[in-house]
Amino acid sequence: MFTQPIGVAHYLVVGAILFVCGIVCMTTKRNTIGILMGVELVLSAAILNFVAFSQPAFRVDQEASLGIDGHVFALFAIVLAAAEAAVALAIALNYYNNHSTIDVDRAQDLQG
Amino acid sequence: MDNILWHSVFFWAFAVITCGFAVMVVLSDNIVRMAVALIFSLSGAAGLFLLAGADFVGAMQLMIYVGGTLVLLIFGVMLTAQGPFISLKAGSGDWIIAVVMVGLSLAMLLPMAWSVPDWHGPAMGASETKTTKQTALQEEAEADQETVVVEHNVSVTEIGLSLVGVRTDLNQEDQESGQLPEGYLLPFEIVSVHLLVILIGAAYLARAKRPRKPTKYP
Repeated sequence: MFTQPIGVAHYLVVGAILFVCGIVCMTTKRNTIGILMGVELVLSAAILNFVAFSQPAFRVDQEASLGIDGHVFALFAIVLAAAEAAVALAIALNYYNNHSTIDVDRAQDLQG
Repeated sequence: MDNILWHSVFFWAFAVITCGFAVMVVLSDNIVRMAVALIFSLSGAAGLFLLAGADFVGAMQLMIYVGGTLVLLIFGVMLTAQGPFISLKAGSGDWIIAVVMVGLSLAMLLPMAWSVPDWHGPAMGASETKTTKQTALQEEAEADQETVVVEHNVSVTEIGLSLVGVRTDLNQEDQESGQLPEGYLLPFEIVSVHLLVILIGAAYLARAKRPRKPTKYP
């Protein structure tokens, strides 16, 4: 295991595990901030895949790597994740102020 | 045992840290412990970025995610973690759906990640068409993948220049139409204005309007 060089596939496996953890976090948590943490995990997995695909030394066909494009899109994804966290947290605090709870199962005001 | 690749050793260490703490985020019921585990998971992901030769992205991951977003999340935890809300447990039906989704997603994603031989890394990929020269090249790549990864580092200068529209990595003579290769000036500007809008919107949403009403729920 330690004598083999690392490829894109190794990074993809780590990214897949992070993605699945984030999805499960989003489905099973009842706390609003817990759901936000799941979203952060999913975005982190996506950024990991961008970075892995942009490294030419991780694959045989070095010309096929993304190069600088992958890095730039990873940076955009990080910035947008921060923006998303700020707005979602503001919504969560607003919800907590209005309803005195943070449990998403209680958020039924818009239900018909 | 003399050909242990330290690049691979550190990759596996950071991968175990990242995935282990991500699983801890999922399994923990306490919101404060989830936040701490998320800090370690994202820091491990930053280490993986550094191992992939993405120095700047790794540093930004540490600064923006771990330094900014998680401080924000922890503020949210501190403002809302009172009494019953510290640990909300999900029902067993949710967990059954979650386990089914884990199985299906992993069964789809993991074979897909291993299905392309090009992605298996520099040594294992081209085993079917192996000449002596290629073998020598592969052994060289296998011997010092760390050096190769460091060689392919993208410098901050290149990223910054591409954000203002100048591409230094593309061969500019390839463009027969006489146009320079395009950079990322427009997305950069859109993201800046987007951040300004987000800042104003978040401050508007989170402002203190009125004292909290007494709850009508038990």
